[in-house]
Amino acid sequence: MSQLVTGRTGDWEVVIGLEVHAQVSSQAKLFSGASASFGAAPNENVSLVDAAMPGMLPVINRECVYQAIRTGLGLKAQINLTSVFDRKNYFYADLPQGYQISQFKHPIVGEGVLRIVLADGSTRDIGIERLHLEQDAGKSMHDQHPSKSYIDLNRTGVALMEIVSRPDMRSAAEAAAYVRKLRSILRYLGTCDGNMEEGSLRADVNVSVRRPGAEFGTRTETKNLNSLRFIQQAIDYEVARQIELIEDGGTVDQETRLFDTNTGTTRTMRSKEDAHDYRYFPDPDLLPLVVTQKEVDDLAAALPELPDDIRDRLINDYGLSPYDASVITEERDTAEFYEVASAGQDRKLVANWMTVELFGALNKSGQSLSDCNISPAMLGGLVGLISDGTISGRIAKDVFADMFETGKDAASIVDEKGLKQVSDSGAIEALIDTVIAANMDKVEEYRGGKDKLFGFFVGQVMKQSGGQANPGMVNQILKSKLDS
Amino acid sequence: MSVDKTTVAKIARLARLNVPEDRLEPVANELNGILDWIAELNEVATDNVEPLASVTGHALPMRDDVVTDGDCVDRVLANVPEGASGFFVVPKVVE
Amino acid sequence: MSDLLDLSAVEARAALDAKSISATELTSAYIDAAEQTAALNNYVLLTPDHALDMAARADQRLAKGEAGLLEGIPLGVKDLFCTTGVATTACSRILQGFTPPYESTVTANLWAEGAVMLGKLNCDEFAMGSANETSAFGPAINPWQSAEKIDLVPGGSSGGSASAVAARSALMATGTDTGGSIRQPAAFCGVVGLKPTYGRCSRWGIVAFASSLDQAGPFTRTVADNALMLQAMASHDAKDSTSSDVPLQDVMAAVGQGVKGMKIGVPREYVMDGMDPDVMALWQQGQDWLRQAGAELVEVSLPHTKYALPTYYIIAPAEASSNLARYDGVRYGLRVEAGSLDQMYEATRAAGFGEEVQRRILIGTYVLSAGYYDAYYLKAQRVRRLIKQDFDTVFTTVDALLTPATPSAAFAVGRKIDDPVVNFLNDVFTVPANLAGLPGMSVPAGLNGDGLPLGLQVLGKPYDEASLYRVAGVLEQAAAFTATPTRRAGGAK
Repeated sequence: MSQLVTGRTGDWEVVIGLEVHAQVSSQAKLFSGASASFGAAPNENVSLVDAAMPGMLPVINRECVYQAIRTGLGLKAQINLTSVFDRKNYFYADLPQGYQISQFKHPIVGEGVLRIVLADGSTRDIGIERLHLEQDAGKSMHDQHPSKSYIDLNRTGVALMEIVSRPDMRSAAEAAAYVRKLRSILRYLGTCDGNMEEGSLRADVNVSVRRPGAEFGTRTETKNLNSLRFIQQAIDYEVARQIELIEDGGTVDQETRLFDTNTGTTRTMRSKEDAHDYRYFPDPDLLPLVVTQKEVDDLAAALPELPDDIRDRLINDYGLSPYDASVITEERDTAEFYEVASAGQDRKLVANWMTVELFGALNKSGQSLSDCNISPAMLGGLVGLISDGTISGRIAKDVFADMFETGKDAASIVDEKGLKQVSDSGAIEALIDTVIAANMDKVEEYRGGKDKLFGFFVGQVMKQSGGQANPGMVNQILKSKLDS
Repeated sequence: MSVDKTTVAKIARLARLNVPEDRLEPVANELNGILDWIAELNEVATDNVEPLASVTGHALPMRDDVVTDGDCVDRVLANVPEGASGFFVVPKVVE
Repeated sequence: MSDLLDLSAVEARAALDAKSISATELTSAYIDAAEQTAALNNYVLLTPDHALDMAARADQRLAKGEAGLLEGIPLGVKDLFCTTGVATTACSRILQGFTPPYESTVTANLWAEGAVMLGKLNCDEFAMGSANETSAFGPAINPWQSAEKIDLVPGGSSGGSASAVAARSALMATGTDTGGSIRQPAAFCGVVGLKPTYGRCSRWGIVAFASSLDQAGPFTRTVADNALMLQAMASHDAKDSTSSDVPLQDVMAAVGQGVKGMKIGVPREYVMDGMDPDVMALWQQGQDWLRQAGAELVEVSLPHTKYALPTYYIIAPAEASSNLARYDGVRYGLRVEAGSLDQMYEATRAAGFGEEVQRRILIGTYVLSAGYYDAYYLKAQRVRRLIKQDFDTVFTTVDALLTPATPSAAFAVGRKIDDPVVNFLNDVFTVPANLAGLPGMSVPAGLNGDGLPLGLQVLGKPYDEASLYRVAGVLEQAAAFTATPTRRAGGAK
């Protein structure tokens, strides 16, 4: 439990809160009818509303509202039937209106909770403060020209969910686990694709340190981290920086910082001498957002099973280890694959084959689960052949490799290659007798006390049988012959 | 509530409005005149009164999630003071 | 020519349908009138070719018997409405050269009903002002003059619109009203001006000043014309979230319905200290007219009336300070290069916005800023609710209210006022209706001792424009206001 960091003068507790910005999966933007898709040519997905032309007005997209509610339900959070959109006023080239439409005092989603699983398998509940909807800003490119910046407003107005955690995390590892879990839930719900590289999911990290038991220290905010690695690096750097600063007699300034991905360090954002005064006020072009309890209930009824619930079920009903259950439920498509593959089969064995062999092969080939040649039924079929003794686990690995390569199912491969496991005791006895006869000197050594030679005999029998002898039976019969 | 030159400068900065040094004092006086008059509102008892943000009485209408707009780069850039290859162009920003 | 100019829109529509005049003739007459009255500086952009084009097409439709509500009617558009391919500047330097590739919903509605656009009309910059003296194009001038023969203001912000209709250089005109910007200039210029219920007309494509207060409305010379134009302008617009879908009543029928059985409230708080005796007298006269026509006049109380102006002058500038943030030199309009991005913003906005606009942006920024939001903005929104509640209560007992439209008649252009608050007081009678979202109309009711027009204001329940037209119809008939301004096109009558 103790995740304290030891400084020069003693121990420090790290306090972390995260604000995650998740782009809502939708066809059109939050307040304009332009496309929210990624990758268009500059300013192609821009309507006159997005470009903030004179006289333009916002109209809200129902699906974006529903996506926020679904996410709130997935976070076991309070859904606020009435919420208000406020203007957050500031000037920047990628903010054409000169304000961002966001939610300040009355967000659509209130308090909730997110359960994270740590490396040692333990779980912790991290509090969710709130979730609100807001507009994303455009993109500025500062490196195309020595004295000019180029602005693309395609992303302007795309719906974002800002998910604010309570400052409940106590280590970079917990922060990373939080983001992973959040991303997983969002992908399960289909409310955000969680693609951090493309910018669909970004995190701002609030970090402070304090002596254990003391009041919260001053926190800094490091913005726009778009990978788990950067999140952890930024936290580690900030923690070290703050501890050193305080131990040297200084104080931490409450400020916003940027993370340099090249050096792994954070630095103060330039020219922020005037703290932002956003002058929030309710957007007079919009009315309060009102959703009915029925709408919320209908959305709740249509939600897919959530990862935590599936995970619990896999552990409790199927006897999977927490680790395997977590790995399998990380993504919705692996959980669904598993469900189908393991139906009617040895659930634990299927889980093992997925997490070790299948994921290993996918990693190596760079394919995704949906791209590869193995279907859920195929995997299930393979495991079935092991369970009913048709092939050994050892042979199954070769069969699997073949399946992965060719797309043929296990039974066909076993037939074609004649890989059926030999479980005929007579045949095995004959093999054993052959091996014993050929290695009488070793038999003497074994009987004389060199127990380790048993493995040699097993190996020889397996070799003789082309790997197809039933290993269990070989062990049993060999032992009885050698020990007699 | 009184506004002085420094406050005017601060507000002008927030509003990205260049108010020349010699105008700061006169503007402060004008604003103070208005603010003093506005202060009449303090006479009104509003303790249990909810702010009224909208007079229409209807709830926020929602639209379907369909792409109905965009794909009009020409219109969007039609009045641009400076553009290049489909982008808006501004003086370089250093973060 | 002046005979043509004296036709009301209703009369012109009949004449056009009867083929006794053509749309081209009528439009040509108005183009000539606009040129003749150029000294009034009502038009910031005359579009004669475009107008004649539209008139020609109107004539074609008339020939086929496919006339819209306003087929062939030449009208002017306040330069706050975005018009496709036609410069739209909000009478500000910061929008110089801006040519919208889109049409406001209200003007699109007008063109769909066959109206003809004569050009864009002068107004106070970004609709901020009540004398049309803050325009980047110079002041608009009232065609009315007293014996002194000095230039008078037409009121504002829709000064150009009111003046053009009065001067017969437009048969109708669009305006917007945020704190009285239709009703006050209508009164100053002796024409009919309506601010509809908030949400009645779409705000899409109209340069926004104060979003929760702005409303487009018609300027006309007669009440019947006004109802006709409202019918064409109003619509539910899905592109405007604040647009209402409550259907418009048959306002044209309401004009002649009379006021028998109606209860008209006279709010005691609208009697101001030192009120102009001519205004007071006309108000009394209006009450008599309505009583004679069969209405019951009742004194009512709107206790928070005096707080309406300060409330307005917190809310309107606050919203405006945010609405005007988009004018930054990046995507359209004026850009003043000046080093960094922030420097460009500051230089552009300082050069592009006039003094009044800058003043209101600063006030608005201040009242929203940290530490002041609760004391000013939130406080104002609470008082606003009280003001609205006053009206809600009163309207459970009366059908409409009768008040003066302005505290005085038109005053001289360039009147030197050091205290900006004095100018704010022009709106004392009109502002409450904007805060409460109510419809209000100014009807010319008589001339003051100097021969200048005064208007009476009728206020109504939300979405009950019909009651306004009933009362206005009676007032118009009783007032028999036939005087015309000396500087009108076609000469004084």
